[in-house]
Amino acid sequence: MTQAIPRRRGARWRRAADYLPVAPFAVYVAVFLLWPTYIVLSGAFTDDHGRPTTANVATILGSTDLAAFGRSVELSAATAVIGAVFGGLLAWAVVTGRPEGTLRRVVVSASSVLAQFGGVTLAFAFIATVGFEGLVTVFFRDDLGVDLFAGGAWLFGMPGLILVYSYFQIPLMVIVFLPALDGLRRQWREAAESLGGSSWTYWRYVAGPILAPAFLGCLLLLFANAFSSYATAAALVSQGSPIVPLRIRGFLTGEVVLGQANLGKALGFGMVVVVAVVMVLYALLQRRTSRWLR
Amino acid sequence: MSRGGRLRWVVLGVLGLYFLLPLVAMAEFSTRGTAGHRSLHAWKAIGADPDLIQAIVVSLELAVLTAVLMLVLLLPTMTWVNLRLPHLRRVIEFVCLLPLTIPAIVIVVGIAPIYAWVTYLVGDSPLTLTFVYVIIVLPYAYRALDAGLTAMDLGTLTEAARGLGASWWTVIWRIVVPNVRGAILSAALVSVAMVLGEFTISSLLDFQTIQVEINLLGKRDADISIAVSLAALLFAFVLLFALAFAGRRRREAVDDR
Amino acid sequence: MTAETGVSVRMEDLRRVYGRTRALDGLTLDLAPGELVALLGPSGCGKTTALRALGGLERLDAGRVLVDGADVTDTPASRRDMGMVFQAYSLFPNMTARDNVAFGLRLRHVPAARRRTRADDLLDLVGLAPQAAQYPHQLSGGQQQRVAIARALAVEPRVLLLDEPLSALDAKVRAQLRDEIRRIQVEVGITTLFVTHDQEEALALADRVGVMNTGRLEQIGAPADVYARPATAFVADFVGLTNRVPGVAAGGTATVLGTEVPLIDGSDTGDVAVLVRPEALDVAADPEGGARVVAASFLGAVGRVQVRMPDDGLLIAQVPSGAVAGLAPGAPVRVTARAVPALAVAR
Repeated sequence: MTQAIPRRRGARWRRAADYLPVAPFAVYVAVFLLWPTYIVLSGAFTDDHGRPTTANVATILGSTDLAAFGRSVELSAATAVIGAVFGGLLAWAVVTGRPEGTLRRVVVSASSVLAQFGGVTLAFAFIATVGFEGLVTVFFRDDLGVDLFAGGAWLFGMPGLILVYSYFQIPLMVIVFLPALDGLRRQWREAAESLGGSSWTYWRYVAGPILAPAFLGCLLLLFANAFSSYATAAALVSQGSPIVPLRIRGFLTGEVVLGQANLGKALGFGMVVVVAVVMVLYALLQRRTSRWLR
Repeated sequence: MSRGGRLRWVVLGVLGLYFLLPLVAMAEFSTRGTAGHRSLHAWKAIGADPDLIQAIVVSLELAVLTAVLMLVLLLPTMTWVNLRLPHLRRVIEFVCLLPLTIPAIVIVVGIAPIYAWVTYLVGDSPLTLTFVYVIIVLPYAYRALDAGLTAMDLGTLTEAARGLGASWWTVIWRIVVPNVRGAILSAALVSVAMVLGEFTISSLLDFQTIQVEINLLGKRDADISIAVSLAALLFAFVLLFALAFAGRRRREAVDDR
Repeated sequence: MTAETGVSVRMEDLRRVYGRTRALDGLTLDLAPGELVALLGPSGCGKTTALRALGGLERLDAGRVLVDGADVTDTPASRRDMGMVFQAYSLFPNMTARDNVAFGLRLRHVPAARRRTRADDLLDLVGLAPQAAQYPHQLSGGQQQRVAIARALAVEPRVLLLDEPLSALDAKVRAQLRDEIRRIQVEVGITTLFVTHDQEEALALADRVGVMNTGRLEQIGAPADVYARPATAFVADFVGLTNRVPGVAAGGTATVLGTEVPLIDGSDTGDVAVLVRPEALDVAADPEGGARVVAASFLGAVGRVQVRMPDDGLLIAQVPSGAVAGLAPGAPVRVTARAVPALAVAR
């Protein structure tokens, strides 16, 4: 029936040829993403002479850089929670309106822009608002007689970072959480209502539990996002108690001690570990979510 | 049917204020003249600073190049995987989500040697940033394109086209692209927004893009840098609003029930 | 579970407008205690709106809803004490079948042990006792709908509302579940409103069928009445197949294809089209006949023949399934009508 040898060779070639179109993408990603990552991860475990070692990681763990990790975690956790709560509320406010309405379009577009709106621009925007000569500062000083900076230059420390980071965390939450809210079927609410439920019982027994995995997943995403962010802090914080990305910059630009480039890589490795753990948890939660909300 | 009543409006009001205030502040700050008058001096000065103009041009060029390269790389790959290699879908998804896990700053640390190689091959123009930018934008672009590809019935339409004798290129160009126009636009605009806002990589690799220039200016001339920031932001807003409202003109299917 | 007598329901002159569409245009309908009324009609006729208005999920522009004599028009859905079964996707995905069924009881602070017993009893009633601990995504469409019914009945509502509960299911499951629903409804004795666009479903299930069109009720009556004595052309067309045969009506009869057919009350006179059912036509092979067969289909229990008449009209007739073989396309035949009462409308 089949001619065994020629057919098999042809089939194998065909199967191999099937993978060809994916090759450009694979090569590109390998060169520009996987290779740099490998460089960082292997560099973290190599000393200045190219020999494998765990000394770099050990140094980091024992030093003040650990404090930098602590501050990064603190900042990321705080802004993740703020972003998740307020972003969740904003997403809910949008979803309860008309699906094709103007409000939804405006908020979603604005969120898409602001979620990317990190860094320098953001820092300057807040300096213009609550900086020493900022709009709000001046208003409080001249019209209300209150000095916003009586307690110190808070904008350039942790409280300031938290306030500013929230500006892109909340929109990010809106973007990633909105699909989950859309997945809430109208019938669930109506069924709960006809069975005698109120808004409160609906949220408590139905919508809450259903949305919980998605909410937590988005919160983790926000955490990873804040943890990785560099630009905003770079623009706001010139010295003092840095977070991890700023320490890495220090290593890169030789601000700290020359010849310890691999320490920077070790820090980078630390960041990857933290973010990777968070993303794995996020992926697991996403699977639970899609089962209920698809 | 609007629900939520007062709470809804309180939320919208409070958050609206939080988000509008910095923008208003930026507008106010950048138009401060002497002795309490409004002045457009800072805005006009944008045109007078050659470094700034250069940086704006570079960023705009990068935005276009990034969007194009991203589409050329992702769209055929995703279409092919969806059609012929469905088991690779999870792999592609994972790969495209990796840049979220590997912070930009870490990528910069590892990419320096590679960029030495790139500059040797292609020169040291800031436009080489395109290669890294495409990686950074992968997660967002993938999500946008994936949503579009799954919404159109890719399998059925492709089979119909192939059955009528179309080649693979015809399928991509004449079937897929027109049907995911919205997703393509979305992905492209996300790339543009990201490039215009990107600072980390360009500053650490020492290229003069718009954000790097703004940061530099900020130390010297806060007015101008805030004016430029606001301009860049408004530009991105306008682009994305236009996309959102263009989507409204989708023709509704005739309902013959 | 003993059968309780249900309550009476009255929907009085309901009106609801959406933009430019009149979803409900003065609908008045009474349901007797324990009765199952099917609301039948094409998509967009307002039947779902009527059901939801009864359940309190839809606001009314005008009209009243009375349950057991009391006006509930302004009562919110959560306090109307009605059970609702939706077309699909209404089970809470985060709860097992048992928890879904027990949900209404939990809201009423029924203690856990009694909740569990009642939920299990109801799952037994709908034939799903073994699936009590499964989640909705593990159940088939038909099973999910059974759970939905059990859930609606758990709180012992006064009225049961079913919004096209079978439309999303496979044909075979649909037929099975249809009979189940009727069995349960009779056993529990609850007043029920059932909305569907499938006329076979409506005719099979209901004590009375209400045919709706553009927000109004065109006819309400027992299934046999609605079928055999349609009040309007729309009802005749929508319920079952209808042929329009030209004739002249006078004195309560019309001559159709050579036979004098008695006309139903409310028929027009003069030049009319008589609405004749396929089973009221006979087709016989006849070389002298002026009509020709267009197509003949074998449907298992019966056969159906399309015939082209001399005046160029197309008629559909029902024939015994054995006769189909002898009616090839193009064969000359003669078509006669039986003297079964029919509705005539002005031509």
